Amino acid sequence: MRKVYVVGVGYTKIGRLYHRSLKDLFAEAAWKAIEDAGNNMPQALVVGNETSSSLQDQDNLGAYLADYAGLGRIPAFKVEAACGSGGAAFYTAYALVASGLADIVMAAGVEKLSDARSSGTTSALAKAAEADYEAFYGASFTSINALIMHYYMHKYNIDYEYLAEWPVAMHEYASKNPYAHLRFKVTKEKVLSSRIIAYPLRLLDASPISDGAAAVILASEDVARKITDTPIRVAGVGMSTDHIYVAAREKLDTLVATIKAGEQAFKMAKMEPKDMDVLELHDAFSILGLISLEDLGFAEKGKAAKLFSNGAFHLGDKPTVNPSGGLKARGHPVGATGIYQIMEIAMQLRGDFPGVRVSNAEKGLAQSIGGAGTTITITILSR
Amino acid sequence: MTYPARIWRERHSRYRLVGVRCKKCGAIYYPPRPVCEKCKSRELEEVELPRRGKIISYTILHNPPVGYRDQAPLVFALVELENGVRVFAPLTDVDPHSVEIGMDVEAVLRRINRKEEYGVIPYALKFRPLIR
Ligand SMILES: [Zn+2]
Repeated sequence: MRKVYVVGVGYTKIGRLYHRSLKDLFAEAAWKAIEDAGNNMPQALVVGNETSSSLQDQDNLGAYLADYAGLGRIPAFKVEAACGSGGAAFYTAYALVASGLADIVMAAGVEKLSDARSSGTTSALAKAAEADYEAFYGASFTSINALIMHYYMHKYNIDYEYLAEWPVAMHEYASKNPYAHLRFKVTKEKVLSSRIIAYPLRLLDASPISDGAAAVILASEDVARKITDTPIRVAGVGMSTDHIYVAAREKLDTLVATIKAGEQAFKMAKMEPKDMDVLELHDAFSILGLISLEDLGFAEKGKAAKLFSNGAFHLGDKPTVNPSGGLKARGHPVGATGIYQIMEIAMQLRGDFPGVRVSNAEKGLAQSIGGAGTTITITILSR
Repeated sequence: MTYPARIWRERHSRYRLVGVRCKKCGAIYYPPRPVCEKCKSRELEEVELPRRGKIISYTILHNPPVGYRDQAPLVFALVELENGVRVFAPLTDVDPHSVEIGMDVEAVLRRINRKEEYGVIPYALKFRPLIR
């Protein structure tokens, strides 16, 4: 396989952007990425998106977006893996360049959730669960994650107070991230007293419903050298799936797909967890960030919450987790989130991330989760 | 979508808790699947699972989706059946605040929602505290 580099990034502000459409968001992110890549046009487009069919009545998304944004008659298609669509789209785009099928490819993600009322958005997101044996019973996506959270807290005897540190840190970071959705700070008291939406999960544990789009341009080594002096190498990628019916999993306190995808990515990169300077983990709910730190080998099982509340993984520690604010507060435009994360790691390594920077970061990792740990992609970038 | 044919296809698993057992290695699965995950055998037979078990995790959903709101708050549980197989199911006939991890429960047939799409009233098993 050929070496692959990130040579350009582009993104929109994240939020409930009532004045922006799906295609309009995509076009902004796409052209910012093309400009960042020295106005070099991609030869193909892979776009991550979850809900265009159910919430925007639009299938055939590759052609729809490539056409609207004026990318020409290039190969273009959507990759869907629920809220992990962005990571899966990047994985696919990586393969197009690594294989030699194309020399320069755009991996993008776009999501438009805010047009529907929240009950409609919740129903659309519940399609990530098993339709006949989970969603059929009225389970929202939140309730399935709450089951994992409750199991974990009970098994390791973790008081909710320890989990409440996660949202506080994420909001602090997001308050300094100019494109984040929730740019306000919260206190631990506010987290502890926020409304319970699916016991024991509270409103401030959950990521918001966001619109947004992000794009990265990937290129082969010879093309990358011509385009930029600061190419970021895609050092390793890994992807794994797991039982979609959560009850069928042998372990409920771990996401096996994170472990498998992580092993693949670290092996390909010839790196270890201790080499990472910065992480962007898929904390759609606080518990997922903590479980993922454990599954990736940064903490022992059952220990991440206490370590985090004692200051580990914060700015100044190695690795620093989610300096963007994470899904929790940067926001979660579901199918676009995986691309935002990879783009954020790339900008941290280039030294031009517009929010909280991890100084002298050389290596970083992004994790994209689809469903309740059902489809997971790990991407490792290196300067 | 509560398509009539789709509801009908799942009737054994949803009404009688039918899973499958691998004829080669004895592993049991719910819901039914065509291949044994452990030994990759495709020879599996239908088997009714025990209708009693204990709660290993639960959540109380305060704002259920449209069609389920008359049941709010809706309690969901992961139930480990007496033979060790785990299922996901709603709880019924219980005060949500009295639910505990480790509680013994049994399956009962109940209406699932009030969506009433395609004129079908969907039924399936829920679990209630075991009445001794
Ligand atoms: Zn078998």
